[in-house]
Amino acid sequence: MTDTRTIAVAMSGGVDSSTVAAMLRAEGHSVIGLTMQLWNQRRLAGREGMPEAVQGRCCSLDDVYDARRVAQTIGIPYYVVNHEERFEREVVRPFVEEYLSGRTPIPCSLCNNHLKFDQLLVVARQIGADTLATGHYARVELDEQSGRWLLKRPTDLAKDQTYFLFGLTQEQLSRTIFPLGGMTKPEVRELARKHGLALAEKPDSQEICFVPGGDYKRFLDAYLEEQGDRLPDTSGELVTTDGKVIGEHSGVHNFTVGQRKGLGVATGSPLYVIQIKGATGEVVVGRDEELYSKTLRARRVNLIAVDNLFEPMRVRVKIRHRHEGAPASIEKSGNEAILVTFDEPQRAVTPGQAAVFYDEDVVVGGGWIE
Amino acid sequence: MPRIYFDNSATTPVLPEVLEAMRPYFDERFGNASSIHRNGQETRAAVEQGRESVAALLGCRPPEVVFTSGGTEADNLAIFGVAGAGDHVITSAVEHHAVLNACRHLEAEGADVTYLPVDGRGLVDLADVRRALRPTTKLITVMTANNETGVLQPVEEIGKIAAESEVYFHTDAVQAAGKAPLDVASISCDLLSISGHKLHAPQGVGALYVRKGTALAPMLYGGRHERSRRAGTENVPGIVALGKAAELARAKLKNDNQGMARMRSRLEAALLALDSAGVNGEGAPRVPQTLSMYFGGIDGESLVIALDLKGLAVSTGAACSSGAIEPSHVLMAMGLSPDRARASVRFSLGRQNTMEEVEVAISLVAETVARLRELAPRKAAVSH
Repeated sequence: MTDTRTIAVAMSGGVDSSTVAAMLRAEGHSVIGLTMQLWNQRRLAGREGMPEAVQGRCCSLDDVYDARRVAQTIGIPYYVVNHEERFEREVVRPFVEEYLSGRTPIPCSLCNNHLKFDQLLVVARQIGADTLATGHYARVELDEQSGRWLLKRPTDLAKDQTYFLFGLTQEQLSRTIFPLGGMTKPEVRELARKHGLALAEKPDSQEICFVPGGDYKRFLDAYLEEQGDRLPDTSGELVTTDGKVIGEHSGVHNFTVGQRKGLGVATGSPLYVIQIKGATGEVVVGRDEELYSKTLRARRVNLIAVDNLFEPMRVRVKIRHRHEGAPASIEKSGNEAILVTFDEPQRAVTPGQAAVFYDEDVVVGGGWIE
Repeated sequence: MPRIYFDNSATTPVLPEVLEAMRPYFDERFGNASSIHRNGQETRAAVEQGRESVAALLGCRPPEVVFTSGGTEADNLAIFGVAGAGDHVITSAVEHHAVLNACRHLEAEGADVTYLPVDGRGLVDLADVRRALRPTTKLITVMTANNETGVLQPVEEIGKIAAESEVYFHTDAVQAAGKAPLDVASISCDLLSISGHKLHAPQGVGALYVRKGTALAPMLYGGRHERSRRAGTENVPGIVALGKAAELARAKLKNDNQGMARMRSRLEAALLALDSAGVNGEGAPRVPQTLSMYFGGIDGESLVIALDLKGLAVSTGAACSSGAIEPSHVLMAMGLSPDRARASVRFSLGRQNTMEEVEVAISLVAETVARLRELAPRKAAVSH
């Protein structure tokens, strides 16, 4: 066996990361399984609107049980590391604050930037592993010419998770491997079966791990109540794009740009949320065609394929995870900010989401939509 | 490299003599100790001999020993056996969860509980004990030795206060048995818990000393085992093992403790020489085999994992159900900052450990702490 290393695998208890651990072990590497304890699922259980006990979710005992069983099956050391405090500080609180400011956050990217590829990588290195492997569908490659580490889309484009990984630094990418980047999901399940993993048929998880049932509004309520706060009053007026007040709403966190249902007003033509003004509580509504924007500004940009953007660049830009990506030009617009100009106006550009720039299958970089 | 086990406060290996003593009771002598026939008589004799050995270790009479499934059951039996709704109970903030969570449950059932604070060394203040007493106080339960720091509470003085006030006194001596001399008369306690696997008997057996005359309600209802204080067919192999372990502990206590004290001193002195290292519970009397230390700026969790991967088993805090580490309520109650609590690790020696192992451990810890500090988590580069 050549090139065997000590590799820490971030194990969630799901099929993907479990298969990664089994693959690397079979390749002869010295593998250490790590699971991050991020959120105590019992913490908000039983509060109004929250389920009593949450099963089969991120950080639940079931997932830790599954991950530990996999580690025992394939014969690797396995540890659970507690990062609850940091997760709350870096992911949960910003998530709550973003909603209350009228934005639509992506906690998974924050978790990747601040927990998985930051804290967990530190722990991995401290305990003697120089490389961290995860079950993400993405690829990392060293570009010999530029000397930069590239983040690339995976073979299975339906599972592409690069949108959530745009914040990775060169240092992080240099120490990360994504062994599933060249595989399809059915192939991964097949491999899991071949390695005798009992969880080969376990369903994929889709929702935000700390929000039971995907009901983020109830989560906000329960979380703030636990903190001794009430949901701040972010109620305000529903205003049309031409300035007419057509109703009231109970809080900006109930809205997402592009949303149609649940506005609580009956009008002849369908109305959509065009803009949410966190400062004033105004929710601007209008017709579908008013949802389109030709430009957006991305802040706190992280560049991966290049170290600076000296001149405008042609890319495809994804403005949400399930977005196809649209042709656009990007150019610098101040410190760590980039102006995106689309060839064709894009529907429902949503503050708080990420804009991620692609050159073919290479992630150029990305930032947070202002 | 052979593994080094410095986590004897979590559990200890069963001693060969103990294993030898219990072995026949799995197959050759398998009788139910309640049976009339000779098979039963044989195991009954073994159970009672075990009881005598435990009584000798604790300085009590054999009928005052109730065998249980372990330390947790002994603690629960003591607490729920004497206190209930309407009663007041005094305990400390640094108890093991077996006592702490039992007290919380008592509160939920309508009892009042006072959780005594501890000072920076981890010690309960006797004046606080006296002040906490009320006419409704039924029970004081304060541990003998702490599981995380090894700190010994002034149980003899607390026992006197309890006796003067005619309040029951229970002490969780799970971490003291076999490490410090235990004598129920000098502690003047009414109830005292021990656990087999902390003193080289197997997991799954423990005992509660119940002073004669203590009105103890059972938790399990069934046959009249253990004088109707604990129903259920006796765990004969376990009881035999606990008896043998108690015998050995009693015979070897002084010798073993001198050896462990020497090893602990060496370990402590060498680790204290590392940068920003310190002992938790310094200045308090401690059992000779436990050492809780902090290494400023490191994460105890990473240190434990890194050391495990290098072959040294130590621990930190108390593990929660997922196996992740929760901030230690003991160290927090001692007023340590969360950072220092997180940077703390427990080394606990056993009689099977050697000075050679201590030397290897010292160099492993020194090099690992250095590596952890070198790779210490930097502050988040970008905050969202």
